[in-house]
Amino acid sequence: MYYNCVTSRDNSNMNKAELMNQLQSYAFAINDLILYLDTHPNDETALELHNNYANEYRKMYEEYERRFGPLSIYCPCNSFRWIASPWPWEGGNA
Amino acid sequence: MWNYSKMLQYPINIKEKNPKLARWIISQYGGPDGEINASLNYLSQRFAMPDQRSKAVLNDIGTEELSHLEMVGTIVHQLTRDATMEEINNAGLQAYYTDHGIDVYPQSAGGLPQTSISVSAKGDPIANLQNDMAAEQKARATYEKLIDLSKDDKEVMDVLRYLRAREVVHFQRFGEALRNVQDLLMEKRCYSMSNTSSTNNSNLMQQTSNN
Ligand SMILES: [Fe+2]
Repeated sequence: MYYNCVTSRDNSNMNKAELMNQLQSYAFAINDLILYLDTHPNDETALELHNNYANEYRKMYEEYERRFGPLSIYCPCNSFRWIASPWPWEGGNA
Repeated sequence: MWNYSKMLQYPINIKEKNPKLARWIISQYGGPDGEINASLNYLSQRFAMPDQRSKAVLNDIGTEELSHLEMVGTIVHQLTRDATMEEINNAGLQAYYTDHGIDVYPQSAGGLPQTSISVSAKGDPIANLQNDMAAEQKARATYEKLIDLSKDDKEVMDVLRYLRAREVVHFQRFGEALRNVQDLLMEKRCYSMSNTSSTNNSNLMQQTSNN
């Protein structure tokens, strides 16, 4: 899924499912890189990749929450929207 | 602490229900080589590991297994939701339905409930990590059997293939963590022998816990 990860892209034209797919791709790459770095803490290339993806992920996560509602309980909301969207097992990411 | 994100690690949208398949796949939810068992293994072992690398690997893989638990639960739920009584009967799910309805219950394909007897924390870093490598191989083998059983269900097979691939990566990382612990214990042993101090195991463990 790494091939989905392009740094500094404009996501504003993406719909909910497309943006979630991007988010999942980045989360996957970040997680996989962290496991690798756990046992190769001096690998500069992996560290740089992780850094780029993690920066993008944060931005994208916030953009998703701003446009489509909270992904975590730490999302500040004016109205209580946490329970408004379906859960992941109900197809909430689609 | 853990933070929940309202998303799956990998997309799952199963349109065709198939309660019979759910009956086997539930083994990766609560079977002896399933995701909750793996997660409890690693999260329990991480506390007393002698080096930073294996603590991190156990913590982070133990966390990823929780995401997999949610994924397997999602597969089981989507395969059984809206199942008719006829479909439940045809799938041989009467016993399961009696005790759990359509809840996702942690049990093996054979119906044994999840038990911490299958969780392993031996108080020995080498034994623990070798156990974890075996656990990943067994999880991989289970996913391969499930892939064999779901040949006519492409949506399910795609997710099972993803989960299988993750077990291969986890196996690799545990192997690297094991080598690091072995190197560390070897260094300590040489060091303590050259200092003619005690080389008994409890002293060794006390020294390594500072690393
Ligand atoms: Fe695993």
